[in-house]
Amino acid sequence: MIEVKNLVKRFGGFTAVDNVSFTVKNGDIFAFLGPNGAGKTTTIKMLTTLLKPTSGEILINGNDPTKDQDEVRRSFGIVFQDPSLDDELTAYENMQFHGILYGVPKKIREERIEQLMKFVELWDRRNDLVKHFSGGMKRRLEVARGLIHHPKILFLDEPTLGLDPHAEPSLELYKEFKQRKGNDGFLHDSLYGRSRESGEESCDYRQWEINRPGNAKRADGNYQIRKFGRLFLGFDRKVNPR
Amino acid sequence: MKAIYILWLRQIKRYYRSKSRVVGSLGQPLLFLVALGFGFGPIYQRAGGGNYIQFLAPGVIAMSIIFTAVFMGIEIIWDKQFGFLKETLVAPVSRFKIMIGRTLGGGTVAVLQGIIVFLISLIVGFRPMDLNLLPLAFVFMILIAVLFTAIGTAIASVLEDMQGFQLIMNFLLMPLFFLSGALFPLDGMPEAIVLVASIDPLSYGVDGLRATMVDGAHFGLSVDILVLSVVTAIFVAIGSYLFSKIQI
Repeated sequence: MIEVKNLVKRFGGFTAVDNVSFTVKNGDIFAFLGPNGAGKTTTIKMLTTLLKPTSGEILINGNDPTKDQDEVRRSFGIVFQDPSLDDELTAYENMQFHGILYGVPKKIREERIEQLMKFVELWDRRNDLVKHFSGGMKRRLEVARGLIHHPKILFLDEPTLGLDPHAEPSLELYKEFKQRKGNDGFLHDSLYGRSRESGEESCDYRQWEINRPGNAKRADGNYQIRKFGRLFLGFDRKVNPR
Repeated sequence: MKAIYILWLRQIKRYYRSKSRVVGSLGQPLLFLVALGFGFGPIYQRAGGGNYIQFLAPGVIAMSIIFTAVFMGIEIIWDKQFGFLKETLVAPVSRFKIMIGRTLGGGTVAVLQGIIVFLISLIVGFRPMDLNLLPLAFVFMILIAVLFTAIGTAIASVLEDMQGFQLIMNFLLMPLFFLSGALFPLDGMPEAIVLVASIDPLSYGVDGLRATMVDGAHFGLSVDILVLSVVTAIFVAIGSYLFSKIQI
């Protein structure tokens, strides 16, 4: 559950996020759309404790990211817009670093890392330094890494950037984890940052638009994620589901 | 604890994987030992100072430690730019633990570097007086390493990019090093220099190394260890504070 009320972020005289409010319920996939520089990434940074809001309220599963930082940090996983791997470590070491930092017990950690790395087809390359990876491979590794600690909320900031839109297994991974929701209850909420086509068949999501300056329009509705790419491209037109 | 350990381990791994950096950072101390040691040796001898290599080696060991340590601290700027810092900052680990893990990692690397330079200085002709005091010299190496990693961390927390690095080298690190008595004895110096040296924390580190390795302390061993410990604690606190304020 994510609740955002009247969120504002100013850098000096520049207002990056202007009075944004929205709610994401458990189980929702939430798409966060807007043109370049609209403040999407800044908003995600505030939700994930990296930036302090100028004003407004945020609750992540009932916790305030400015106060209960550790509680909030434990509850989400994130794939950042720009790279966030250590190039001098191997793929496995990057995964291990994450698992240990999030306090995942050794046995479970090793199991999950193997499972996830096999899923994104990087298990064979696990002992290679990340600096020798292609952009797409790094992206896949980041996706896998964000899931090691089984986060309740998954933030994906432009998750398909640099990915081949059809063949990449990481998109399958999102789908797989979404489907598991019913079984073990993780991945309750998701926040897509302007995702492109994601290949997922049937999920409800709400769409959200930030228009600078100031006024945020909201459109509720059930769409097929499949139409997502088109939806983004044809943003101003009414898009019919299917 | 495990979080601190993995942060420490990361620094160590990065260190031994960058062989060129290890070798490269040995060049400067080696040059100082050979060029200054042998170059000024005869003059120092004639002036009645004794063997200059004996005097110089602890200073050069301190030098290699501080340069490595500050660089390890400053690496946070790399992590900022290459994005890895975000990964650590969104993890459910307190900023203080992250800072401690990194500082211990950086400090360990700097001490390793200091030990390598110590071994090189043995080849060049340096002979420690009392082997029993070497563990204490090791304590000084650790304190210097942690202090300067913390200074590097503090600076890196404030700086946005590596543009300011040259400024730090020339206006902070170089003066701290040259005015610490690493290269020349503080006894008999003009009062102004002695005054400046006495507010330079590195002076106490160099003095402590010299006291434990070759005898002849300027401030005295207990003063050295006291001042250095207090200053180190202060800078670890400042570094942690500034690190905790980082926003990306």
